[in-house]
Amino acid sequence: MMIPGGDVASGLLCGALFGFVLENSGFGSPSKLTGQFRLTDWSVFKVMFTAIVVAAIGLHLLTLAGLLDADGLFVPPAVLIAAAIGGGLVGAGFAVGGYCPGTSVVGCVSGRLDALLFLVGLLAGTWMFAAGFDVLVPLTKAGEVGTADTLPELLRVPPLVIDGVLLAMAVAIFFVAARFERQGPGPVTAQQAVAGESPNPAL
Amino acid sequence: MNTAQQACVPEDTAGVGSLAMPRPFWPPLVAGIVLGLVLLLTFVLTGHGLGATGFFTRLAAAGAAEAAPTTLGSGSYFAPLLEDGRPLSSWITWQVLGVALGAGLAAWWGRRFRFQFDGSRGLGTPRRAAVALIGGLFAGFGARVSAGCTSGLGLSGAAVLSLAGFAFLVAFFAVGLIASRLVRSV
Repeated sequence: MMIPGGDVASGLLCGALFGFVLENSGFGSPSKLTGQFRLTDWSVFKVMFTAIVVAAIGLHLLTLAGLLDADGLFVPPAVLIAAAIGGGLVGAGFAVGGYCPGTSVVGCVSGRLDALLFLVGLLAGTWMFAAGFDVLVPLTKAGEVGTADTLPELLRVPPLVIDGVLLAMAVAIFFVAARFERQGPGPVTAQQAVAGESPNPAL
Repeated sequence: MNTAQQACVPEDTAGVGSLAMPRPFWPPLVAGIVLGLVLLLTFVLTGHGLGATGFFTRLAAAGAAEAAPTTLGSGSYFAPLLEDGRPLSSWITWQVLGVALGAGLAAWWGRRFRFQFDGSRGLGTPRRAAVALIGGLFAGFGARVSAGCTSGLGLSGAAVLSLAGFAFLVAFFAVGLIASRLVRSV
């Protein structure tokens, strides 16, 4: 679907809504984000999983209703070892630095200078990758699955079955999260985030 | 909050009603549902999901073209992005600009904007600066190996039920859990 103004309008609109939700979720705060890995604040799991389930079900319902052409949607190629190595490095960077690339933008515009340093690190990491690209090419192609790009294709089940499993997992996450959050110091509040406090002094 | 601090703060009987108090964050279930709808809208309008590192890659290419045009700028990774001389001219640039505007608006509206070096209180400023830079370095390098980050591959890739999206997310959380136990950070 094309809207007037093309790239500029849809980019600004989708981006602004994305940023608005991320900040309202508390994802500009590094102690809230890393609380997920300390298992004291499960907001990252809850928000991401809920969003994935809502978007996945929405995409399939729109497709079934004939309002959306599923073949026109971008599906990242199944280069699984590259995806896992990259995911691991981004996860390590998130745990150590307190942000991921998108949330560091949210940190910056909510006044956090440490997020600006994370951004500088992002650029430096990208330059390092580009400098070594000729050697790294095999890594970016590692673990390519030729036969399927999606879980429904691989398992030969209707997409809505996978949606159902994801929904069940999301419900389970909310239950597990409630247990952990009751035992520990609980989720980082807006007040703590603004004050730059972490309710869980690490280690 | 101890009693000495409380004595300095004006009585706030309404809780979140006070001007000085930041508004609370949205409950995660609400935020997740709204984020899912925003992601759905993005797919309907553009055919692809939300992202972030696509922009930083283009920004890095533009920087390399300025600072090191004959070496890094003409290297095989950045060259295709610099071919037309306008590396930043892309949908993802507008989207990341939108993220900055939307998040800035939310921080202002929620009374949550504050200049700070977050994490320096527990870690000290030099250590916080070091881990922020190193964390960014890992994330920037990693996102190029996987050709996507938490938003582009983790969130948007999982929403289309892609194998790459799930592989990214599983590794992201597994390594993140381990790293947060090995390295003291914010």
